[in-house]
Amino acid sequence: MAYDYAPFPYTPPPGLTRPEPRHPVVIVGAGPIGLAMAIDLAQRGTASVVLDDNNVVSVGSRAICWAKRTLEIFDRLGVGERMLAKGVTWKVGRNFHGENQVYAFDLLPEPGHKYPAFINLQQYYVEQYLAERAAEFPDLIDLRFLNKVTNHSDHGDHATLDITTPDGDYTVEADYYLACDGAGSATRKRMNLPFNGQTFEEHFLIVDVEMETSPFGSDDTPERWFWFNPPFHSGQSALLHKQPDNIYRIDLQLGPDTDPKEEATEAKVIPRIKAIVGDTPFRLDWMSVYKFRCAKLDRFVHNRVIFVGDSAHVVSPFGARGGNGGIQDVDNLGWKLAAVLQGNAREPLLESYNIERVHGSAENIINSSRATNFMTPKSPIEALFRDQVLKLATEHPFACKLINSGRLSQPCNLSASPLQTPGAALVPPGTALIDAPLHDGQDQTWLLTATHGNFTLITASPMTLPDIAGIARIGINQSADYPCYRATDGHAETRYGTDKIYLLRPDGHVCAVFDTPAPAAIIAARDRALGAMI
Amino acid sequence: MILDDTLGLDADSFYNALMDAHAGLTDAQSHALNARLVLIFANEIGDLDRLEHLLAAARQTTTP
Repeated sequence: MAYDYAPFPYTPPPGLTRPEPRHPVVIVGAGPIGLAMAIDLAQRGTASVVLDDNNVVSVGSRAICWAKRTLEIFDRLGVGERMLAKGVTWKVGRNFHGENQVYAFDLLPEPGHKYPAFINLQQYYVEQYLAERAAEFPDLIDLRFLNKVTNHSDHGDHATLDITTPDGDYTVEADYYLACDGAGSATRKRMNLPFNGQTFEEHFLIVDVEMETSPFGSDDTPERWFWFNPPFHSGQSALLHKQPDNIYRIDLQLGPDTDPKEEATEAKVIPRIKAIVGDTPFRLDWMSVYKFRCAKLDRFVHNRVIFVGDSAHVVSPFGARGGNGGIQDVDNLGWKLAAVLQGNAREPLLESYNIERVHGSAENIINSSRATNFMTPKSPIEALFRDQVLKLATEHPFACKLINSGRLSQPCNLSASPLQTPGAALVPPGTALIDAPLHDGQDQTWLLTATHGNFTLITASPMTLPDIAGIARIGINQSADYPCYRATDGHAETRYGTDKIYLLRPDGHVCAVFDTPAPAAIIAARDRALGAMI
Repeated sequence: MILDDTLGLDADSFYNALMDAHAGLTDAQSHALNARLVLIFANEIGDLDRLEHLLAAARQTTTP
């Protein structure tokens, strides 16, 4: 069944008839990033207006691979469990050369995590779930469809936006303007900001087909299959993923010299699919021919205008680092912006969003560019090395590690950021929380769920955690006058050790570790994480 | 940069063995063998700083 694209309702905004009071936050773009941003802020009590020039969710599946860290962030935003229930869970990737498998990898070989390595779920479902979640905050999220921003300007302590609607034009003021308007960001273009990087000449065909028979074989275990020089598509590469509703994503490399208009036709696409699936009946659900580039802004924070997601950085799709990188932006910015707007931190804290996410997106761009270069050799010598790596890999484990069909999205490490207090531990400062199963005597829960959204001290040691205003506490394998849990199967002790206290930031990154429960050091680390050193 | 000798008395034997490894191969097969050798040697060296140093040394010798 094809997805039913129900339009979101448009209502004439109040600004058409009378000036609106200045909004703390205006978010431009109601894709996954803009919607997640609004929900994160709303959960922290900060109101936003979300503007979008369209009124339906993403057409086509687009971003489908959602990584474990993203799902953990979505858990905090209240849509993670729904995504997990609907999505196709996978963790194994297989690389083939011709007909033969050369290397397989398991992205999450250990148990004891709430979320799997990856789920595949069409972007339209993710946007639908986020839009429905946003609707649960009617006083804090004002979603305005068919509201197109035509101009904006920064006035130092606020920004103004000119907006056009089916009923006319109006203007709003915002303390902060969050540009979540995607890869082609009109905001970025209006500001003439350089968006430099590497453009790849290869065309890729991306097709979603619906079919009953699984191409993953008789036991139908969904995995990520990548072919170098597949028997059905000679001399190129191919990628296969499963999505919900019996929809399969097929990516085919087409080479640089191809006519994208001609390729994106049923006459050209159907024979290509038949070469893969044979006589199995299928329905074409969506297709697109594209080239891609890896590029980013030099800075994501431009005074009152802040770029989030694809507007700030774009990558090739191999590695699932686009949407997943954008959600990490949201996770990083939400608590900081709320803290600044609510007077709990000074404005320089926002500079740490710039530092940390420019670093994160640079990491994504390096990984995604390297994968693309390996997949699409640009000269005979590059092709020679690539092919010899694939040959060696059938016999030698070291060469398997050189095969690069995409280094899949990992949580970004923020250890070099000025918000972290340096220290050593099993989960060192800068690392995103590592989940572990817990139980409270009656119910099973997760460290992830127990620590959402605030500065939190956790320990699996016998030390009693001090009571500090504004810092939550979680004890593992102890009893105290704050929430305490037992570790299930010893995972929490193994992952965190039994001799440390950890301080988590509101986005679940460890920002400091302690050997003793001395409040002064903990308060200093918390203040540092709120920007005291910037 | 200058690379000191580490093969010592085995230098001639190594060079001979390298030539033997290429004996009877077409140019294309020899190029492929060399590519595999580079990859295998790199793994044996196993130190990125050292490898970058060696890559630079080899690149510097390229005649225009």
